[in-house]
Amino acid sequence: MFESAGPADNCDNSPCIVVARQNNALQISALDNAAADLGLEIGLPLANARAICPHLQVFDADEVADARALNIIADWCDRFTPLVALDSPHGLFLDITGCAHLFDGEAALMRIICDALTRQGFAVSAGIASTSVCARTMTRYATGQIIADGEETEAVRPLPVFTLGAEDAITRGLRRAGLKTIGDVASRARHEITARFGADFTVLLEQALGQGDAPISPRKPLPDYIVEKRFPEPVATEGVIASTLSRLAQTLVTAMDSQGKGARRLEASFFRTDGAVRTIMVDTGQPVTKPDVMDRLFRERLDALNDPLDPGFGFDLIRLAASRTEIVVQQQRDLDANVHDNDELAALIDRIAARIGGRRVVVHLPQHTHIPERAVLAAPAQQHLAVAMRAAWPARVEGEPPLRPLRLFEKPEPIKVPFATVPDGPPHQFTWRRAEHAVVRVEGPERVAMEWWKQDGQTLTRDYFRIEDEAGLRFWIYRDGLYGELVTREGASAPPNWFVHGLFA
Amino acid sequence: MTGARTSTLATLRGSIERIETPGDAYMPGRVALGHVDADATLQGGLALGAVHEVFAEGRQSAAATGFIAGLAGRAIARRPLVWVRQDFTEIESGALSMSGLAELGLDPRLLVVVRAADVDTALRTAADALACDALGGVVLEVWGEARQFDLVASRKLTLAAQASGVTGLLLRVAAQPSPSTAETRWIVRAAHSPPATGTAWGAPVFDAQLVRNRHGPVGRWIMEWKCDECLFEKPAAYPQPVAAAPAHRSHQTPDRVRERRAG
Repeated sequence: MFESAGPADNCDNSPCIVVARQNNALQISALDNAAADLGLEIGLPLANARAICPHLQVFDADEVADARALNIIADWCDRFTPLVALDSPHGLFLDITGCAHLFDGEAALMRIICDALTRQGFAVSAGIASTSVCARTMTRYATGQIIADGEETEAVRPLPVFTLGAEDAITRGLRRAGLKTIGDVASRARHEITARFGADFTVLLEQALGQGDAPISPRKPLPDYIVEKRFPEPVATEGVIASTLSRLAQTLVTAMDSQGKGARRLEASFFRTDGAVRTIMVDTGQPVTKPDVMDRLFRERLDALNDPLDPGFGFDLIRLAASRTEIVVQQQRDLDANVHDNDELAALIDRIAARIGGRRVVVHLPQHTHIPERAVLAAPAQQHLAVAMRAAWPARVEGEPPLRPLRLFEKPEPIKVPFATVPDGPPHQFTWRRAEHAVVRVEGPERVAMEWWKQDGQTLTRDYFRIEDEAGLRFWIYRDGLYGELVTREGASAPPNWFVHGLFA
Repeated sequence: MTGARTSTLATLRGSIERIETPGDAYMPGRVALGHVDADATLQGGLALGAVHEVFAEGRQSAAATGFIAGLAGRAIARRPLVWVRQDFTEIESGALSMSGLAELGLDPRLLVVVRAADVDTALRTAADALACDALGGVVLEVWGEARQFDLVASRKLTLAAQASGVTGLLLRVAAQPSPSTAETRWIVRAAHSPPATGTAWGAPVFDAQLVRNRHGPVGRWIMEWKCDECLFEKPAAYPQPVAAAPAHRSHQTPDRVRERRAG
């Protein structure tokens, strides 16, 4: 099935055209009926069009806006079938296999779509056929055609060749060769066509004739489970929306439960009567199998939305889909309190993540490196909780004070060191954040060599010192590079820089 | 005063009594900190299932973090700890380092960090986490003054902690104490390492001042965190004793403590 959305006819009668720059000249890329009546056509240069009709209204083509509009229409079409594919620049494929009976048959479904889009001011041409290319070919000639299975060849044969939608050069070539209709082309031997116009065109031709399948690529993967509720009267109150979601969650869980599945990603779509669609997604760390958990996750998510759900004139369809599911492993939970605790923790993490985002709830994994800032990796807790709980951390040295700071600056902060006693020694005093600190105790250096086998440009060796100042504050400072290692552009040796990297408790 | 008015007043008093009773009758479990004097003052140790506040100056943030990590380490009993922090704190005082936490004797595997963008989110997340009884504790770290920390927010946290038995710890760096329903309030600063006696220096030593204690007197102690044993102790050799505990509050709390509920 295919439909095409063109610009709307404007109210007053002066002809309108849309122009786009092609081959360094402005050409008409779209026009309305009034302009077409004047004899203008797509591809005509703007100068010629102005010569024909001086009082033309001219608009610049905005391909980005066109694509956005097409996407919005595609969103709206999601209510008819989950398989909607874009056919740029202005077509949509809807795979309505198994969906038409929900809308009282194919003809009724096509009428619903065409009426709704026409009401919104779009020019629509739609058709239904058993292959996508065949349907598209039909819509280029006439709207509202339904071609029964097996009759594609008969239906398509009398159509002119431009309806195939091949490149301009091919269409022109076919016309010059005297092949005016698709039937004319089809009557020639395939190898002749292939030799003259290429294999792609032959495939296109066969697909248009209903021979061979023409797969579409839907915009979204098909969810594993979908449940939805349609409202004869649009709903707008929060209470109804919430109760609908919980009822849908129950239905969804029943469907998943029968196959032993739990949802890892849930999508709630709210279809507004005016065509706008809002989809809200919730990811979970563990498969969800309880309606009340789903309910709570969505409540958290809806509460935390920056731009709250706007019902406008009301929603007429609310859909809940489990787009990613997983087989649930049932665990014995009566005796082992730990399992229960971990479940509770995972549920808490899911709830927090639903509200503030999964990347903001993290657990930590040790890494095999000596470089302090890379020794720990913060990973999203939803996915990595189980791994993090089993991670092996290096054991601390018994009897030693802490050797690593409790707080670490992501970016080491430069400090001013007036002078150091011995070239490789620690400073006596330093200035950090405009405050002077006199060094009372020092331990070090602990030399950390950079990973020279990794090409990341940081090759200066660091000497770390643990330092206590006169107020008892403890710092972890380092000197970036050895004395004499840094050389200025003139060739003299430059003093190395000092940084505070962390703070000890 | 008319009879009707008197009875209205009586009803109101009665309902206030009912609202407040659970809070006062609530007898939390306690975990000893290890520091003998502090434990004696706290009548056995840090109350579990309650909210405790730790305040510190801006530059004392690491010391306060260490102190609160110590409190958490005592309170969570090897159960998960959720650490909620505001984004801004990482710029001001650095990110919480897991290596450093492990060096203090705490287990980084038990820690889940929530990076909240602002105070409101942090507060709400902390309240949620406090209500989850699978946790051992929740730390809420906020930098600077925040008007969101009013009595209502504080009461919410306290109620959630009491209901679930999870201990809440508030780390308020660069903030002034304000009225709250917290069980205890501490002001922490780093203390010098004891003078060199041949041992390694640098164990976390805190000058911890207990400035508010709902159920007992206050005090001030030098506390050393023993990383290997995971408890607070009196430093073995510390030059001079710090200020003794003020004597203006009696050890045995009379019933009248109710009057200063929101102090």
